[in-house]
Amino acid sequence: MNNLLLKNIARFIVLVLLQIFIFNKILLFGSVNPYVYILFVLLLPLETPKYFLLISAFVLGLSIDYFSNTIGTNIASSVFIAWIRPALIRALSPKLDLSQGLSIGIQDFGFKWMLLYTSILVTIHHFTLFFLEVFRFNELLDTLKRAGLSTVFTILIIIISQYLFYKPKK
Amino acid sequence: MRYLIAFLWKHSFFFLFVFLECIAFLLMINSQNYQGTVIINSTNQFTGTLNTIYTNITDYFSLRKSNQQLLEENTKLHNLILTYQNDSIPIMHDTTYEYIGARVISNSVHHRNNYIRLNKGSNDGVEIDMGVVSDKGIVGIVIGVSKNFSTVMSLLHKDSKVSAKIKKNNQLANIVWEKIDYQRGKLDHIPTHLLLLQGDTIITSGNSLIFPEGINIGFVEHYFQNEGENLNSASILFATDFNALHHVYIIKNKQKKEIQELINEVENE
Repeated sequence: MNNLLLKNIARFIVLVLLQIFIFNKILLFGSVNPYVYILFVLLLPLETPKYFLLISAFVLGLSIDYFSNTIGTNIASSVFIAWIRPALIRALSPKLDLSQGLSIGIQDFGFKWMLLYTSILVTIHHFTLFFLEVFRFNELLDTLKRAGLSTVFTILIIIISQYLFYKPKK
Repeated sequence: MRYLIAFLWKHSFFFLFVFLECIAFLLMINSQNYQGTVIINSTNQFTGTLNTIYTNITDYFSLRKSNQQLLEENTKLHNLILTYQNDSIPIMHDTTYEYIGARVISNSVHHRNNYIRLNKGSNDGVEIDMGVVSDKGIVGIVIGVSKNFSTVMSLLHKDSKVSAKIKKNNQLANIVWEKIDYQRGKLDHIPTHLLLLQGDTIITSGNSLIFPEGINIGFVEHYFQNEGENLNSASILFATDFNALHHVYIIKNKQKKEIQELINEVENE
């Protein structure tokens, strides 16, 4: 259990640093910016207490906001997907047995499940994030385009990262 | 009461969610008047120091480009000195403005509202509402200052409005940033009788106390004639390359206090 906690804290720090110093500096096609940091919320253990999901998402969003001069937008969107997560997992695998000690990832759940899970949460997160930042509806089309493109890139990076850290089962 | 507590407890997950979202929205609303942003970020030594370490490393990768820029600027200044010497006109000492050189330690161009952080603060004489320019053109306005750092509202911001004029005929217009494209802005409120051509230069008007007159903002790319409206617009290419900012100058207006007092006096009467 302690090991799991340390692993998640390490993941938190690494993802925040990667986001601030690498992904926030990447500019694909002028304005596309992947927000890979939410991988932390996606990968929190299944047994995580619900309130802890929300609080850790809050702290995560706060850290990103703190460093990237955006106030509140990353908190709101991260907390939002943390709230959706338990319901989504229940919907995707209704017969899930917690006692099996499964962890979220391609090796336990398979590629299809993981792609669907990532796509839904990343899409919701990015669209809330981009709309909260713009706060204006007369720029609807432009925002939709940017949010859509960024979503695709984030999903791509997350799925690739799954294969990079793939550990074959013993 | 017991039922209320039981009800709250049963739905605690939902209420915690609502509570956290409320905090986020409060923060967002407070930062809409961009002062809120300043309080949280610019006064912070920790993020400033972390960003300084980062730029200390990444600056090495852009040394060639920085050198090139400095060389170009030096050449320009040398030529300027030559023209003054040849003309043998007594040099006018304009002491209204003073430049403070600064280094960019963090910058963004892809948000709807972009901010730049500089490594100069109140210890170096930086104050809120000072203009920031690069060697090519204007960059933004200082909106927050701490001891060693300052935060600049980039021209690439929802609330940025710079008083500009068209160089060839001195007509006033406004610069706004609408599309998330760090190379382009929009020139608003152009009277219909004016015809702009591609490549016309847009400069600062000098009407605000922030920027001196005649600093480059950008060049006209397309001129749009809106049928049936009084005012036309144009898309412009910014003179400054916002994606490659390394060294900038903060402009201090030494007479600002005096002019401000004068304005206040007139308004009070």
